[in-house]
Amino acid sequence: MAQEPARLKLTRNDDTDTVQVEFTTRKILDEGNIADIGEQLSALIEREEKPRIIISFAAVDHLSSAALGTLITINNKVKHKGGQLRLSDINPQIYEVFLITKLNKLFRIYPTVKDAQESLQPA
Amino acid sequence: MDLRNDGGRMKRNQPSKLKLAQAADGGGPWITVEFCSCLNKARCVECEILNACKDHHFREEDLFAIKLALEEALVNAVKHGNKLDPQKIVRIQYRVANHRVDITIEDQGPGFNPAELPDPTAEENLEMTSGRGILLMRAYMSCVVFNPAGNKVTLTKFNDGYAEPRAMASTL
Repeated sequence: MAQEPARLKLTRNDDTDTVQVEFTTRKILDEGNIADIGEQLSALIEREEKPRIIISFAAVDHLSSAALGTLITINNKVKHKGGQLRLSDINPQIYEVFLITKLNKLFRIYPTVKDAQESLQPA
Repeated sequence: MDLRNDGGRMKRNQPSKLKLAQAADGGGPWITVEFCSCLNKARCVECEILNACKDHHFREEDLFAIKLALEEALVNAVKHGNKLDPQKIVRIQYRVANHRVDITIEDQGPGFNPAELPDPTAEENLEMTSGRGILLMRAYMSCVVFNPAGNKVTLTKFNDGYAEPRAMASTL
């Protein structure tokens, strides 16, 4: 059963100096998808001097522990470059996964992209 | 248990008389599927089990839970247990009834002791990039049991949305 190819939609807002990331795959499960997402986000972090990234989960209705592992790696890379990472629009079912794993303590999670945007410290 | 390499093909067994006898407790007939260590094949079986659960009217949140736990258990078996070795197989046995689903997943790896795994929710472990699969399985399933060797896990999920026909009748 082939899954749809993993793609991320990246939107840079020069006014706020942030990059908004949206998933275009509903299920962040497949190893290939997760590796692809990790690579795309790593490349983005490399490009940015001090990455200010908001990842929207609006389109996501499933994820796995492997996907959580990739998000932690991304979070560490952002912190390493003195940047800021925010997560937003996580549906209640997916948010429960963050609660169970207590990763809600590690990530800064906001209801909407706008809320996440407002939480960012000035660059 | 005799796990033979099937040369990469998936193999399904019709339920034996023994299995049918075991199903007398209302759990439905057991179905056995064996496949070589490949995540794509694992997902086909995952899909098959989820469809069977849908047919038995499991609620949407239960299907989410079963999918999540199955994904974690299958990745454990294929990747961590069998180390993606195509010579090794994974055996899944499952039975679905209106009130519950039981799934056993067995790999040919050396097994592990789940009690020895660090607690991924401990403050000092929150940044670990792996080791949350079993936590999620336990959180989302009604019951998770490993065999002593640690290469076989049995997952059970009760269908909380299922009402006994008799109980329903009494409420009418």
